[in-house]
Amino acid sequence: MRELLAVVIDGAIYASWLFVVAIGLTLIYGVMKILNMAHGSLYALGAYAAASLGGAWLAGGHSPYASYAILVLAALIVGLIAGPLLERGLLRFMYGKDEIVLLLVTYAVFLILEDVIKLIWGVDPYFIAQPYGMLGNLDFAGLTYPVYSFVLIAVAIFTGIGVAWVLQRTRPGKLLLVVIHDREVSLAMGINVSLFYLATFTAGAMLAAIGGALTAPTVSVVPGMGVEVIVLAFAVVVIGGLGSLPGAALGALIVGLVRSAAVHYLPQVELFSIYLVMALVLVVRPKGLFAGFEARKI
Amino acid sequence: MKSSLWQCTWLAAIAAALAWIPSTAAAEDAKPFRVGIVTFLSGAAAGPFGVPARNGAEVVVEAINAGTVVAPYASKGIGGAPLEIVFVDEAGGTTKQVTEYRNLVQQKNVDAVIGYISSGDCLAIAPVADELKKLTVFFDCGTPRIFEDASYKYLFRTGATATMDNVAAALYLHQHKKNIRKIAGINQNYAWGQDSWNDFVATMKVLDPNVQIATSQMPKLLAGQYGAEISAILSADADVVHSSFWGGDLDALILQGAPRGLFKKSTVVLTAGETAVQKLGGQIPDGTIIGARGPFDMFAPDTELNRWFRKVYTDRYNVPPSYPSYKMAQAIFGLKAAYEKAQAGAKASPSQEQIIAAFEHLTFEGPGGKVTMGLGKGHQAVQGTAYGTVKHVGDKFTLSDVATYPADRVTPPDGVKSEDWIKGLKAAK
Repeated sequence: MRELLAVVIDGAIYASWLFVVAIGLTLIYGVMKILNMAHGSLYALGAYAAASLGGAWLAGGHSPYASYAILVLAALIVGLIAGPLLERGLLRFMYGKDEIVLLLVTYAVFLILEDVIKLIWGVDPYFIAQPYGMLGNLDFAGLTYPVYSFVLIAVAIFTGIGVAWVLQRTRPGKLLLVVIHDREVSLAMGINVSLFYLATFTAGAMLAAIGGALTAPTVSVVPGMGVEVIVLAFAVVVIGGLGSLPGAALGALIVGLVRSAAVHYLPQVELFSIYLVMALVLVVRPKGLFAGFEARKI
Repeated sequence: MKSSLWQCTWLAAIAAALAWIPSTAAAEDAKPFRVGIVTFLSGAAAGPFGVPARNGAEVVVEAINAGTVVAPYASKGIGGAPLEIVFVDEAGGTTKQVTEYRNLVQQKNVDAVIGYISSGDCLAIAPVADELKKLTVFFDCGTPRIFEDASYKYLFRTGATATMDNVAAALYLHQHKKNIRKIAGINQNYAWGQDSWNDFVATMKVLDPNVQIATSQMPKLLAGQYGAEISAILSADADVVHSSFWGGDLDALILQGAPRGLFKKSTVVLTAGETAVQKLGGQIPDGTIIGARGPFDMFAPDTELNRWFRKVYTDRYNVPPSYPSYKMAQAIFGLKAAYEKAQAGAKASPSQEQIIAAFEHLTFEGPGGKVTMGLGKGHQAVQGTAYGTVKHVGDKFTLSDVATYPADRVTPPDGVKSEDWIKGLKAAK
């Protein structure tokens, strides 16, 4: 029982981390049909910005509790700068091109951003560990977990609900759903599609950066940290169905729980387990669990 | 008059030619010895290993060229010739590294290559070094397979193998911790992590056959999130946790494991823990056992060469050298010692074959102490190592219960494979 509880808690914590990272990726794909390989770099930029800004804040002797706000602020700044820069400066010239071309373009951006990170921050690790332990610990069945991990679960839930609420309940959200459904008709109806693309990519970049910023206190921020993340985030959105918000949530939960169960019961297959699940899902549902039906255009 | 003018012209020409001959000879003497240095300058291994190694190379080569190194390397240059270095980034995988190596040898015409941190890169480069007949010195990679599975003429390794790290870790635990019933491991899922864990388990089993394996976690390299692994280890109630983690993975394990009581519940052994000390020393909990993959940094002997190296490095980079810096310095000093032994006081440059002959079975001094090229037919270094237990005194990071192990206690003799030697370790105890 103790082991099972640990599997569920570890799985939920890992899933929440994956969901925060993957939600931006699936949002951008859903709206813009761009499989954004640079998402990992935006995640890393968020982590670096959080470590630098948060580190400066704490070094200045300011309230350590405000450092949580600084982490989020750093991520928002990264998203607000990098998002419009990439979308207006590069991606808008690529719209209408094949998805594979866009995949290659964002891969190029990923490589460039990795070097930009190296130019700005060098190769030494950065730390902002204080927020991780500051909230104390909770004990479950003899195991200790930092409260920060449960904050991460709460952030994932609120982010998911928040994005769903914006899409379903607000006027811009509903207009965005129209753009997702049919870009050409949206243009004909007078919707400013370019603006929605800009807003979506910026929001996606912010979500990636928030993922990085909230991860920063638990790791050392080092070059290459975005590489591993992008592979996992792809697995999550592929399981859930590209572009699907509930799909990303379910995909993250499945990957989190399966990986956690493998670590506890059969650590030899931990690496393999995630991709086994992905393969099984794709055999049954080739477009993922929540992929919608696509209307054929004549 | 005309003939005397011609005579003067001829004499001047001959005098100029005579003056030119010695200057050419001097230029010939001063022809730089070009060394390609390969180390991680980008990627996850650059911060903890690659850049400290590059920094170590820079300060040592500058000092050698200026003639400011202390004895026994006080002579200027390498056999009088200045050292010239060409840096190459080790990132990018084995295929790229083989191409880069060929480029160094065939395009940039280096006289020797020093490099390689990744065991995978070392295994790929080793046969190419002999194929291209170029003197090559591995300075850091740990896999014992290089000289246990093959022999090479042009290849040397001045750092000891990873077997030493894990055998010594087990010996240290056996000496300092009683009643070890269950052991657990968390190691990266590639050759380094798997070999380290296997050597550690094999040695622990030899020292105490009743030891049980509670769990062995092998997360992917650079995974970064170890919450589930830490829970699994905590649930397994292990007395000892072994980890050969390095770089960001090691930092993350410390940051995530310490608040959850991992280091309190079990005795954690970090075989490459020294690289985390500079940045995270304050957060490595008391009681953690750490190693430096040899007698480096805080384990280095108090010799004049070590004091000199620490001073020049710290003066330049404002941080003390970590073990990759030591191992790079060791490789450069090894090459200089071999070159000058081959030269044997003569002014002419020795041939590559003469340097190789001098390098085989050479004993030389590094900032970490004496190094003997005692294995692999004189091509593989053996060196002692040390472990210590973290103990903070106030805010200051210190080590207690430091134990050193001579090379023959933790390294198999020449011609014996590590895994076979470990099985017979008890008899040698």
